[in-house]
Order: sequence, then C-alpha cells, then structure tokens
Amino acid sequence: MTSSLLFNITTILYLASMLAFLASIVNRTKPFFGTAGSYLAYGGLLIQTIAIGRRWQESYILGIGHAPLSNLYESVVFFSWTIVLIYGLLDLKYRYRVIGAFVMPFALLGMAWAQLGMKSGIEPLVPALQSNWLLYHVITCFLGYAAFAVACGISIMYLIRENHEKLKDASDQSIVATFPGSKILDDLNYKSIMVGFPLLTLGIVTGAAWANYAWGTYWSWDPKETWSLIVWFIYAAFLHARITRGWAGRRAAWLSIIGFAATIFCYLGVNLLLSGLHSYGG
Amino acid sequence: MTTSNKSISQSIWDFFCSLKLTMFTLITLAVISIIGTVIPQGAIPPEYLQTISQNKLKLYQVLGFFDMYHSWWFILLLILLTANLIACSIKRLPGIWKTITRPVTTMDDGLEKTLSNLTIIMTNGDSTTLSNRVVSILLAEFAAPVITENKGIIHLYAQKAPWSRLAVYAVHLSVIIIFIGAIIDSLFGYKGFVNIPEGNSVDKVMSRAEKEINLGFAVRCEKFSVANYPNGAPKEFKSILTVLENGKPVAGYNRVPVIVNDPLTYKGITFYQSSYGKLGDHEFTISDADGHSTPLIIRSGGSAKLPDGSGICLQETTPDISQFQAGVSGPAAQVEVHLPNGQNKTFIVYSDNPAMNRMNLAYTGGHLLQYKGGEEFMYTGLQVAKDPGVWVVWLGCTLMIVGVYAAFFMSHRRIWVRVENGIITIGGNASKNQGGFQLFMEKLVTKLKHQLPLEDNK
Ligand code: HEM
Repeated sequence: MTSSLLFNITTILYLASMLAFLASIVNRTKPFFGTAGSYLAYGGLLIQTIAIGRRWQESYILGIGHAPLSNLYESVVFFSWTIVLIYGLLDLKYRYRVIGAFVMPFALLGMAWAQLGMKSGIEPLVPALQSNWLLYHVITCFLGYAAFAVACGISIMYLIRENHEKLKDASDQSIVATFPGSKILDDLNYKSIMVGFPLLTLGIVTGAAWANYAWGTYWSWDPKETWSLIVWFIYAAFLHARITRGWAGRRAAWLSIIGFAATIFCYLGVNLLLSGLHSYGG
Repeated sequence: MTTSNKSISQSIWDFFCSLKLTMFTLITLAVISIIGTVIPQGAIPPEYLQTISQNKLKLYQVLGFFDMYHSWWFILLLILLTANLIACSIKRLPGIWKTITRPVTTMDDGLEKTLSNLTIIMTNGDSTTLSNRVVSILLAEFAAPVITENKGIIHLYAQKAPWSRLAVYAVHLSVIIIFIGAIIDSLFGYKGFVNIPEGNSVDKVMSRAEKEINLGFAVRCEKFSVANYPNGAPKEFKSILTVLENGKPVAGYNRVPVIVNDPLTYKGITFYQSSYGKLGDHEFTISDADGHSTPLIIRSGGSAKLPDGSGICLQETTPDISQFQAGVSGPAAQVEVHLPNGQNKTFIVYSDNPAMNRMNLAYTGGHLLQYKGGEEFMYTGLQVAKDPGVWVVWLGCTLMIVGVYAAFFMSHRRIWVRVENGIITIGGNASKNQGGFQLFMEKLVTKLKHQLPLEDNK
C-alpha cells in the first residue's frame, strides 16, 4: 500500500475516533463509545506510523532519501501524529477518555488539511536542510507543540467545566458532568505543559545549535526564532502562574490557550504571514 | 502589616523578589517581542519605507523599533528579568538549602498536622523491635532512615532526591549563564562576511558593522561548484578552501570541502558556506551606422547604459555557444534590454556572428551590439564568525535542559515515622507528583502492616 492511501485511512480513523468521543459525551450511560474512540485513535496512530515509515522508504526509492519532515505537508502530518501520541500517553496514564473529544479534532484538522489541501509530492532536500539537526530539531519542537495542543484542549474543557461548577443549579445530568472535575483538569493541563515545556526548550536549543552549525549564529532574532521564544515566555509565565497566588485556575487555562494560539502562529502564521529563514512555507 | 516602618530599601527588595514581577516581565517580553517580527529589523527595505508615513518612520526610529532587540528598553527588560531572578533566588535559596542539608528528622505535632499522607497503626510490641521492622522495610522500599531516640520515642526519617529541590535554581542560573555567553560573544566575537573568487585568497573579512577585520591568516578558495538534482533544484554548494599561514598551506587545512551545514573552523574562526556568484568583466562593442565603434564593459551580472539611454543587463555568458545552440559557435552573452517603451527584451549577442547580431538592431537604438568575450570566475560567499562565548551558551543550555527535566520529573520525597507505646505514626510528603507519592505511601503502609503484629490482625 502506498503511504498516501495509508494517510487517507488514518484521516478516516481520526474522524471516526472524534465522532465516537462526541457520542460518548452525549450518551453518558454507554462507556462503549469512549473505549471505541480511544481504540480508533490508537488504530489511526499505528497506521499513520506505518505510513510515515513508508513515505520515508518511498523517498529512498526515488533516490532522494530523507526523513519525511522536510516541507509543510510532511510537518503537518507529523504534527497530527505527535498530537495523537501525546494524547495516547496521557490516556494510558490517567484514563480520562473524554479528553479525546477535545484533542482529536486538532489531529483530524491537521490530517484533513494535509490530505485535502496540500501538495504531497516527495521533494529533494535543499542544501540548507541537509543535516541531522533537522531531525532532532523538528521532532523535539513538534512533540512540544503536540503537548501544548493537548493542554489547550484540556484548558477549553477546564473553562467549560469550571463555568458549570459555578452554576447554582448545576445538574448532574448535563453533558459537562461527564468531564473530569476542574481540579483534575487543571492538574492535567499542568502535566501536559510539564511534558511540552522541556521539549520546546530542547527544540529551541537544537534549533540554535543547528543555526550555529549551518551559518554561525545561534540566535539572529529571525521571526520564527522570536516567535518560538514568545511561546516559551508564555509557558514560562504559565509555570510561574501556579506558584503565584491568584493566577492558577482560569487565568492559567487562558495562558495555556493563548500559548497554543501563539504556538500555531509560530508554526504556520510566521511562514504564511511573515518572512524569514525558515523554509516550511510549502 | 504596618507599612509605615517598612523602609524604602525593603520595598525595593520586595519588588524585585515578587513573582508578580516575574509574570509581568515574562508576559511583557512575549508581547513586545512581536514588534520586531512585524517591523523589519536591521537594514530597512526601501519597499517598506514607501508603505509608511514620514512621521511613523521617525517615531519608529526614535523608539528603536528597527533594531528593537538591542534597544535600551528591551535590554532593560532583560536586566529586570535577571534582577528578579537573582533576588528571588537569594531570598529563597537559604531556606531550600536548609531543607536539604539539615532536614527535620523528628515528627512533632506541628509537622504531623501538615502531612496529608498520615497513617496511624495500632500494634503491640516493644519499640525497638517495631522500629527495626520499619527500618528494614524503609531500606528495602525507600531509603536508609536516620534514627533518633528521645525519651523512649523512636523517630525515623528517610528521604530521596533532596537535591531535586535545587533543580529550579539550576534552570534560573542557566538563564544567566546563557546571557553571560551572549555578552562574551558580543564583546569579543564578531560576525562577518567575505567573498573569495576562485583561485584567490583573503586575509581580511568585513564585519556586520562594516569594519575590516584581520584574520591573522589567509584563506584561499580553490574551487566553487554547484550540483543540482535532476529536476534542477540545487543539491549542493561546495567550496574547496585552503588555510594559508605565511602563504603556505597549513597541514590538515589543505583543500577542505566546505558545504552548507558543514563549516570549516581554524583558530576559533569559522567559515560557513553562504552564497556564491560570478565575477568578471565582459567586453562589448557598440557601432553606429558609420561603423564607428566604442567599447562597453559590463561586469558579470552587472548593467550599463546604451547610447540611446536604455539600460542593459548582462544575464549569462558562455565561452562557446555551440553547446547550447546548433549552427553557431564562439563566445556569446545573453542580455536584457529595458526598451524606452517600458518593455524588456532578452536576446543573445554573439561574438563570431555579426549577421545574427544585426537582427537585434531594433532593440539597441539602431546601434550594432557585439560581444567580444570576457573572463569569468565563480566566487564563493562565506559567513565568518568568531564566537568565543558559544561554549558558555551551550553549557547554559545543557544546564537548562537537565534542570527543567529534574525540576519537573524528580521529586524530593520524605517519610517520617514515630514509634511510641506500640503506636506507629507514619507520614510523608513530596515536592512533586503528590498523586504518585500517595499511591507509593499506600503500598508501603500495606507492606508494613503485613510485617507487624497488629492489633486488628488478631
Ligand atoms: C524573571 C525571572 C524569574 C524569576 C524571578 C523566577 C522565579 C521562580 C520561582 C520563585 C520559582 C519557584 C521556586 C520554588 O518552587 O521554590 C520558579 C520556578 C520555576 N521557574 Fe522561574 N523564575 C524566573 C524566570 C524563569 C525562566 C526564564 C524560566 C525558564 C526556563 C524559569 C523556569 C522555572 C521553572 C521550570 C520552575 C519550576 C516550576 C514548577 O515547579 O512548576 N523561570 N521560578
């Protein structure tokens, strides 16, 4: 099977997974849907892993072998993969299935955009990208971004749940009552960022190391670099928010959402709207 | 608290110790950093200047927006961050240090009240036997305890990874180390640029600040080449460089290939493949209708004016056209002429083919343009950097990554046990991951109960 076909199957599985999670929220009495949602996500992750490996192999067959992380299409696909991976780890560890309903949409959006809206041809690597640093840099950055995507989904849940808990006549029968409690969501938000922050730090450092190796400046305030630092500042603020009285809870959730918006801008907005050294413009 | 007797220096100190200031600085840095990603930095492109008004331009210049990451107010924010960092550390470190080096090894009532993982086991037996059992379990499952005996009460205290409490300070220190590295670089290092034509050598480079810098040795470009993929996309830019001391090649630095992502370093100065181009002078003649001819020299990639005032750009040249075009031979040049009517015309000028050159008379104002030939070589463009502080920066980065990891994923765990009249009180706490520690404590207590002659086991 070609990688392209496998990616299409992945997209369909992620769609099915998201629908199952939504069904699990509406049908709170049937745990079946939540279980199905996770398994569909895991199935998609497996197929996507095979597909990424296959695409890698295909590039070698074309005689221009390189890891499938070299343009916008490949990076969006990889981003989806990392989101589901991080969600999977969280699910295995903490077993709050519903979170999938707020995380899988990000992964689905990525895959659908890549499969429907982008050129997917395998292209040779330009000289600037011919380095192992590309691998270290892209993998660490995207794992970090993915953890932030998960944290953002959890923060949205938090805000909904917290609103609900404040209501006087909050009903146990409401859809929101299936969400984990706001304390738990707040903690999970922190835990996801705890995973994302070191990875982003590593991503920025490997990027700086690469820049230094490729053109002799570890930091040149290029828009992409600057935006990654902006994202890093926001999450550093989030981490300190927890130890500052009055900043946990709602404000921390908002910081996490703003942080992810900045992450997306750093990833896509900079390429599409600003100019600079990074060549993922597609 | 009464503020009247709070001195000014105390208020300043509190200001710098405050975590609100940390939030303020971090968020402000995030927000204002956006400016420099929207407004071009450094050399301002002329197209950009046309899009903004004079007043705006003046304002931006006064505020330093065109080099904002080096402006006084941005640096001031970084200094504020550093001062905040140092003040916070000075305030908190002694306490943390005491927690690590002089732990509280006995659990009194005050401490007991603060512990959320508290279990009281009613049992019987003499204190020494009981405590020996607890010690052996702590040894097997956790860490070796400190034993304190006081008026017949036996206290046990065990801990794991106390040093992880310092991780946060390592992270904060790493920020300062990175700043130090960057300052060393800006004081003692430079970034420069140099173009070297094939076969030539240079011993000076031009810094970003447009200053000439003596390298103290010379670098010769032996050859420069471009390789392409079958689809025409560039695959490799390669310079062959030789380092020369007193005009002689240095052993080990003779004919070193330098490509993008694989630089050459000699005596702390690194050369990075960055750009390339062609150099050379090309001779043309322009003849009017009477046969008067004047020479015209155009540099590779350069431009000139024709007698009728229209501009001409030299695009490409070849010493022998026959490989591109059948039936003609000799040197040839491809030029683009900007016609008076505003259009551009690209055509080929030959050296050995006046008849074909005549067909271009219409584009050159009736003058006959002929190519004589020229010499051309490639030159390589190299970034040059000296960054003596870069190792300090990498040291800081390593410390930051290790520190962040330890700060999040390592936890100082402490367990206190009191054995008194057959009653065992056991409690503990953890600096991180309280949930995980809670589970651990529950398992530990279950194991303990199996080993003890319990009243409720009877
Ligand atoms: C304005 C400068 C800063 C100040 C004053 C400051 C202060 C603090 C303080 C007081 C703590 C709590 C320590 C404790 O729990 O005893 C802390 C934690 C922390 N800081 Fe900073 N900090 C600053 C900047 C940064 C930066 C730039 C980073 C970036 C890596 C950072 C990373 C951390 C981390 C990872 C923690 C641990 C947070 C946690 O345990 O959840 N800090 N900081």
